[in-house]
Amino acid sequence: MPENAPPPAGITREQVAHLARLSRLALDDDELDALASELGVILSAVAAIGDVAATDVPPTTHAVPVENVTRPDVVSASLPRDAVLAGAPDAQDGRFRVPRVLDDPS
Amino acid sequence: MSDLTRLTAAETAAAVAAREVSAVEVARAHLARIAAVDDRVHAFLHVDAEGALAQAARVDAAVADRDTVTGPLAGVPLALKDVLCTEGIPTTVGSRILQGWRPPYDATVTARLKAAGVVVLGKTNMDEFAMGSSTEHSAYGPTHNPWDLDRIPGGSGGGSAAAVASYQAPLAVGTDTGGSIRQPAAVTGTIGVKPTYGGVSRYGLVAFSSSLDQAGPCARTVLDAALLHAVIAGHDPRDSTSIDAPVPPVVEAARRADVSGLRIGIVRELTGEGYESGVLARFEEAVTLLRELGATISEVSCPHFGYALPAYYLIAPSEASSNLARFDSVRYGLRVGDDGQRGLEEVMSMTRDAGFGAEVKRRIILGTYALSSGYYDAYYGQAQKVRTLITRDFTAAFAGVDVLVSPAAPTVAFPLGAKLADPLAMYRQDLATIPSNLYGGPAMSLPAGLSDGLPVGLQIMAPTMRDDLLYQVGAAFEAARPAPVPPLSWES
Repeated sequence: MPENAPPPAGITREQVAHLARLSRLALDDDELDALASELGVILSAVAAIGDVAATDVPPTTHAVPVENVTRPDVVSASLPRDAVLAGAPDAQDGRFRVPRVLDDPS
Repeated sequence: MSDLTRLTAAETAAAVAAREVSAVEVARAHLARIAAVDDRVHAFLHVDAEGALAQAARVDAAVADRDTVTGPLAGVPLALKDVLCTEGIPTTVGSRILQGWRPPYDATVTARLKAAGVVVLGKTNMDEFAMGSSTEHSAYGPTHNPWDLDRIPGGSGGGSAAAVASYQAPLAVGTDTGGSIRQPAAVTGTIGVKPTYGGVSRYGLVAFSSSLDQAGPCARTVLDAALLHAVIAGHDPRDSTSIDAPVPPVVEAARRADVSGLRIGIVRELTGEGYESGVLARFEEAVTLLRELGATISEVSCPHFGYALPAYYLIAPSEASSNLARFDSVRYGLRVGDDGQRGLEEVMSMTRDAGFGAEVKRRIILGTYALSSGYYDAYYGQAQKVRTLITRDFTAAFAGVDVLVSPAAPTVAFPLGAKLADPLAMYRQDLATIPSNLYGGPAMSLPAGLSDGLPVGLQIMAPTMRDDLLYQVGAAFEAARPAPVPPLSWES
């Protein structure tokens, strides 16, 4: 058994609900049920990855190695503010308008 | 001239430069073609007739001014995959979450096309966020294969491939994360190239899996693909993964069209089980032809390629789950449920649930799982190690041969709907294409004949920054075995 063997495949509805919260996806009950069963099948298929002995192999970070990419430290033009805000769902006073981010104090 | 939509890109550019035809006439002919057939093919999500005609007029003015030098694709129409940003023109990525969004800037690929005098006709359909192999995951309905309208055109770039195959454009740009240029090319009988990772700028390409995504050309001839490759490739300081080196001499290689003395390796792990017999038969004939053309053929083994599919379906969803976090209901696109009472987190969650389709949600959840504490080492970390082993397989193989070949897709185009209920069956369409994405090297699919009347693709894979070898081999093959012509019987 390789040391990096994945845990037994299979995923519960509760796990999917937790992942959905982390992913900011308001999944409904039907979606949670469907995903729990689909992910179980997909995870069983990808679990084969654990069969490869790779303990001493370095992970790939870049397909084609490039290092320490910088640009000259000169000021250049940025996008016009109004052009950017035009694509936003809501804007106000030259800023993105967001729904409330703090709990209602009342 | 008879039918301007049947010309190659090279022929069109030459005719425009010689003033035998105007770029405006060429653009009008293609816009008329789109109007005549795209209600059945559905290759385009947005047609920009006004912008195309204005760009064509600029090219004609430049041609008329003899002091202005026009490029090798000036006046040639092109269909652009809807994942590349176009200033002021809708860019949806096939998703509801970006419906109606008009980017405030051009992708580098878009900017280079415009600067070269290429006439962008519109934006092509795709699986949502490039996740799929059939375009059936587009939020705007599927694209239909011009060879048989009841079959898939491949994916994710099915719109680009179908536009080229149905003469709506001689050229298109696609993007390829696990095969999204090459598999559509295979099943539509066209040419598709995934360049070396870092060869074409990703600036303005809406990210799916940043370490794998790469834009590249779609065309009906190898030379046309090379001409387009040369226009869009090259270093871009706005993409930190862009390679700062000269573009490989792809056009010269396409004109050389010679395989004599080249060493070509057949990848043992990319044939046999999982591939249709008709696909394997065309592949074997292709290998025989390459031998007759003077290449030396050998079989090579890449023992870790069997793990490419599982590695990909851990790495790509992981990167996607991170990349797609930017769709937060604040900066662009959709917002749902903002009634003045709900907080940001609830609005964000409702928006993402309403804006993303089932396949995108599936991959976000899968990626979030693979990156979770406790599973990271076993899944994502292990997949990145396997990626290194796959790269070592390529490196070892290229010590003995110049290029590798395989079937480009395991099947011919399947009927629409056939694999929608089985995500794993859909994922297996990318069996042969994924290894090059994980490695970063360039790869091409080009037509290798028909099976049951449907196109089969031959894949050629080369070492990183040897994109020229794809064109050299591809052009030699094409000269000996021209691409089959689609019957388009549904037109009459």
